[in-house]
Amino acid sequence: MADPQFLFRDEAASAPAVPLSAFGEDTNATAVRIEPADDARALLPHLDRLSLVEVSFPAFTDGRGFSSARILREAGYTGELRATGDIGVDMLTHLRRVGFDAIAPATQLDAAEAETAFNTWPEVYQATVVDGRKPIWALRHGL
Amino acid sequence: MYAYDKYDQAMVDARVAEFRDQTRRRIEGSLSEEKFRPLRLQNGLYLQLHAYMLRVAVPYGTLSSAQMHVLGDIADKYDRGYGHFTTRQNIQYNWIKLDETPDILAELAKVEMHAIQTSGNCIRNISSDQYAGASPEELIDPRPYAELMRQWSSFHPEFLALPRKFKICVIASETDRAAMRLHDIGIRIVKNDAGEIGASFYVGGGMGRTPFIAPLLNAFVPLDQLITYAEAALRVYNRYGRRDNKYKARIKILVHELGLEEYKRQVEEEFAHLQSQDIEPPLAELERIKAHFADPAFEAGLSDDLDLSNPGFARWVRANTAPHKVPGYAIATISLKPAGGIPGDASADQIREMAALAKAYSLDELRVTHAQNIVLPHVKKADLFALWQRLDAAGLATANLDAITDIIACPGLDYCSLANARSIPLAQKISSRFTDNGKEEALGELKLKISGCINACGHHHAGHIGILGVDRKGVENYQLLLGGSEGADTSLGQITGPGFSEDGVVDAIDRVTDLYLNQREEGERFLDTYRRLGMAPFKEVIYG
Ligand code: HEM
Ligand code: SF4
Repeated sequence: MADPQFLFRDEAASAPAVPLSAFGEDTNATAVRIEPADDARALLPHLDRLSLVEVSFPAFTDGRGFSSARILREAGYTGELRATGDIGVDMLTHLRRVGFDAIAPATQLDAAEAETAFNTWPEVYQATVVDGRKPIWALRHGL
Repeated sequence: MYAYDKYDQAMVDARVAEFRDQTRRRIEGSLSEEKFRPLRLQNGLYLQLHAYMLRVAVPYGTLSSAQMHVLGDIADKYDRGYGHFTTRQNIQYNWIKLDETPDILAELAKVEMHAIQTSGNCIRNISSDQYAGASPEELIDPRPYAELMRQWSSFHPEFLALPRKFKICVIASETDRAAMRLHDIGIRIVKNDAGEIGASFYVGGGMGRTPFIAPLLNAFVPLDQLITYAEAALRVYNRYGRRDNKYKARIKILVHELGLEEYKRQVEEEFAHLQSQDIEPPLAELERIKAHFADPAFEAGLSDDLDLSNPGFARWVRANTAPHKVPGYAIATISLKPAGGIPGDASADQIREMAALAKAYSLDELRVTHAQNIVLPHVKKADLFALWQRLDAAGLATANLDAITDIIACPGLDYCSLANARSIPLAQKISSRFTDNGKEEALGELKLKISGCINACGHHHAGHIGILGVDRKGVENYQLLLGGSEGADTSLGQITGPGFSEDGVVDAIDRVTDLYLNQREEGERFLDTYRRLGMAPFKEVIYG
């Protein structure tokens, strides 16, 4: 299991993540890995015993993991949400916006480039809610 | 017109800085072409046969005179003195250098323009009715809703790696001038029985190799749920849209394979969930945007009289102007389809002249149409003659709106790496033939559309006459389609039969139009006659 290169919580979970298919049987597991085709909603009944959900991005062009992450956060999941796989610098800011608080790229990213990337957007247009950022429309109307 | 506030400007500036950095990394080599490709596409930069092409967004087709002027300057400074207006109301430059692109984007940002999401597998630039805010028959100006959605869809973190591109169109009148139902999501702003304004959502339209007319998904989405509903529709598509085959990845295929009812059920379920998430901008935001689209300073009490004694002017007025909602004004379309010309092309000088004309005669506004023409939306009738004279002097007074020579054509084999056949030279041939033989005016409304391959960028499915370039054993060949339409009466064209050579297809069109002229009944357009008679007699004159 890849350790996160970027961590936005106190410490990274250490339990090994099991695939979603095994998770159903292994009722003690506290860490699970979901693939792009997995429906993240299958985890909703088990959120309180999960400390890690790893969302895998086998190819950076497949954006299903962005929806999966946001769905979990929207349902109140507060454990670690880790993006793994084919992750480039230019995805970092978007991963944060949908609720990832740990990022483990398959290939280590340049630290300086990553720093720039995380700070790409001075403000944001949408409320994803899960990243806690106020969208521009809220700022405009003093909300 | 919409004007950026400090937030909008900061977002566009941030995007320019981001792309400048990405381009630097690409040129230095730390970013591979494979990783760079989706990034440049989301900034409108395509690699074509000979050079990069840059597609600049014209949100909902609306431009100010100052913006248009800059588009002309960019054509001079960074391209070969031309710009090409596209079927999605944008402008493209065909000879762009990668290392200069960040500078072009910076120049655009100075006049509140960008190339954000004009390509790539994301929500694209939102299109609309080119007569918005000017037409007497619209319910309400659709552009504030399009602007609200522009902001929502720009850099939406969840929807930047969709299965495929996603095109949205917003209109608000019965007459559909924007091919709304041929979009991934088409929205018509409507009024319900209680007199409230809301949005009808159509989903899963599109052209390409499997054309579909979008069915109705939801007849009335209240305005304070517009964004939430769109977000639900996109989330279901992102989850289930096919990623195994790019030709089956558009939402039209998902809706077709899942069935409209099941797709709708899933959207409703997601919508119910998202309503608890507080993602909808307040109505005050819509009102703020609407204020930008308030009517410009129209003069009251102007006369509708027009001196039509000059026959050339009279013909242009008849062909290229439409009624305006304010007495004494007209909507004027500038045709970018001169006889024998390249559809949609304009020189840098012509672009700047159109900018100057908008300033002098159209309250500073222009529109780009999906038929690749330019509209001056607010012209005083008293100014039409002076306008026409200046257009004539600039080679822009062709009187052929919606005529057989007002052709939509994709770039085809002259520029495009996917093409089977050339589109532009064929368009030029047809345009010359029907201008020279004088049939153009007799034929009246006849929409002819050409695509150089099955991807259908030239909308051939939706042409009254459509032409599709195919490859026949290594030789360019053209199939002919009849009976398509993109208006309120949207329909898809049918292939007549075996294909033709370039000259052969022009001859075949000559024959089908002759049949129409002989058989038409009072008031019938080509399309009406075709629908009444059916394919058989047309086939007969082509192949018989
Ligand atoms: C020259 C480079 C171009 C390439 C490589 C290209 C490629 C494609 C491809 C692959 C599709 C099919 C997409 C699909 O069905 O999923 C498509 C569709 C389309 N393209 Fe292009 N295109 C090019 C230029 C243009 C231009 C210049 C325009 C505008 C004038 C345009 C407008 C469209 C439209 C309207 C569609 C139909 C969208 C639909 O299916 O709903 N394209 N293009
Ligand atoms: S229709 Fe085909 S040939 Fe024409 S621009 Fe599109 S992809 Fe290229």
